[in-house]
Amino acid sequence: MSLFRRSSRSVLPGFGLTLGFTLLYLSLIVLIPISAAFIRTSGMTWSGFVEAVTAPRVMASYKISFGASFAAAFINAVFGLVVAWVLTRYTFPGKKVVDALVDLPFALPTAVAGIALTAIYSKNGWVGQWFEPHGIKIAYAEPGVFIALVFIGLPFVVRTLQPIIEDLEPELEEASATLGATRWQTLRKVIFPQLVPPLITGFALAFARALGEYGSVVFISGNMPMRTEITPLLIVTKLEQYDYAGATAIASVLLVASFVLLLIINLLQKWSRRYNNV
Amino acid sequence: MKTIALISASLALAVAAQAKDVELLNVSYDPTREFYVDYNAAFAKYWKAKTGDDVRVKQSHGGSGKQGRAVVDGLQADVVTLALANDVNALYRNGKLVPEDWQKRLPGNSAPYTSTIVFLVRGGNPLKIKDWDDLVKPGVSVITPNPKTSGGAQWNYLAAWEFARRKYGSEEAAKDFVAKLYKNVPVLDSGARGSTTTFVQRGVGDVFLSWENEAFLALKEFGRDKFDIIVPSVSILAEPTVAVVDKVVDKKGTRKVATAYLEYLYSDEGQDLAGKHFYRPSNPKFAAKYASQFVQVELFTIDEKFGGWINAHKIHFADGGTFDQIYLKK
Repeated sequence: MSLFRRSSRSVLPGFGLTLGFTLLYLSLIVLIPISAAFIRTSGMTWSGFVEAVTAPRVMASYKISFGASFAAAFINAVFGLVVAWVLTRYTFPGKKVVDALVDLPFALPTAVAGIALTAIYSKNGWVGQWFEPHGIKIAYAEPGVFIALVFIGLPFVVRTLQPIIEDLEPELEEASATLGATRWQTLRKVIFPQLVPPLITGFALAFARALGEYGSVVFISGNMPMRTEITPLLIVTKLEQYDYAGATAIASVLLVASFVLLLIINLLQKWSRRYNNV
Repeated sequence: MKTIALISASLALAVAAQAKDVELLNVSYDPTREFYVDYNAAFAKYWKAKTGDDVRVKQSHGGSGKQGRAVVDGLQADVVTLALANDVNALYRNGKLVPEDWQKRLPGNSAPYTSTIVFLVRGGNPLKIKDWDDLVKPGVSVITPNPKTSGGAQWNYLAAWEFARRKYGSEEAAKDFVAKLYKNVPVLDSGARGSTTTFVQRGVGDVFLSWENEAFLALKEFGRDKFDIIVPSVSILAEPTVAVVDKVVDKKGTRKVATAYLEYLYSDEGQDLAGKHFYRPSNPKFAAKYASQFVQVELFTIDEKFGGWINAHKIHFADGGTFDQIYLKK
């Protein structure tokens, strides 16, 4: 059995050519820059590497980076589903505008988002002024990091779900109703299973995006070591101290961790698809 | 409009065929923006009169450490005017962009103007902040950038350290003092201008440890009633240093004009502009002229109290240095 096997005999020619192109393209765009990061660290001894990537300050940054990214992606998965549902299933005035708004976090330079969010959530901002007197700090604290990550992650979930929801056949829901299912049962047993795979994809995209996010977070987080210092910021800080090896060491850990997480999520998605071959 | 300017420019060029267009890049730290805008215009005039060449100086600003790294990574800076000697040392250590003895090439350790660290507080000084030990009191919120990336913040850190070492008598006590001070810091921006924004625009913090010139600039921009400048009992003599980047000017063939650009900082006009922008001129004549705008305060130098930048950097700001330690201690 050949290693590069096409799934079934295709009517279209050119499999070899396109596979070759794909591999070349991926290498140029993705693999070469990433391998450069790894090569930079090769000057380090193993113990130096371990020390660099497990220093307490670095460990604290993993906690906030992975924690806040996970939480933000989760919230986006829940509310992104609601938004996507509303945008595809209902018509209302201004729908086009709302639909376009969803893409805004894609287009807005992240630094602008960061500055805007900070202005709103700091203690003299529109929103921040109502929270600060009660001792709740949003900007320059952990909630700020979370909010910035929710902001930049939302379109990933919505845009992944929208085409799937559009393709859902209303007939299935009608059939379910005529067979005596309650609305809740229809939602849970008919609709939701079809939405789980795209939901996982959207979650994974939002999560990966959040993990690498730098521009918006540095403005709102306050950048306190051990508390709100995200891993990408720590990498930049190391670079600014001319510590190239240390910076790339942490970057490679971040890379490997995200790769493994995305791999797990992909497997999860495959596994969830298995149950709803409708 | 543009075309007319372009045509007249090309006409002028045709007339003075020997006149050259020179472009320099000055890579600087955060609070020097306004000063170099004025200075570049003055220098262009001077250079035009002297040689007939048109020189345009482009400016780049940011946290001093970040700016130094950009030059190391290939930003084609003809000159660097950074917040501290150590960031220029980095140009020597990483790629030998400048010679080891770069600091000896210009008078006064290559620092044409100096500055110091003062406190900027809210108008009327509601918390009655007077000196460094008021900053460690519970409930006082202090704004300063991250010393890992900002030159100004390193001066802040060392000034606080020296104050405590004198007052409490030991290095250990100084470290505790600085640790307490940083407990009161809610935001660490990466450069001085970011911290100014945090303090001035966002209204975060009670005290802002600031470059003297940046503090005056804030007063000028936002009104004297909004903020007060408090000068502590002792502070550090901050010596922002300047250097020609040898590797770049030799490649671009701009050594002559780049050197003249830095030397002109020491001229009467350069010194006068520095004083006007709230730097302390190094020329005694202009130091006297602007003396009244600064509070006289005891200033110590990094060489006498910390054994120079290389040493200070190793002990305090390198990985595992005292700054890292104070954040690891719970």
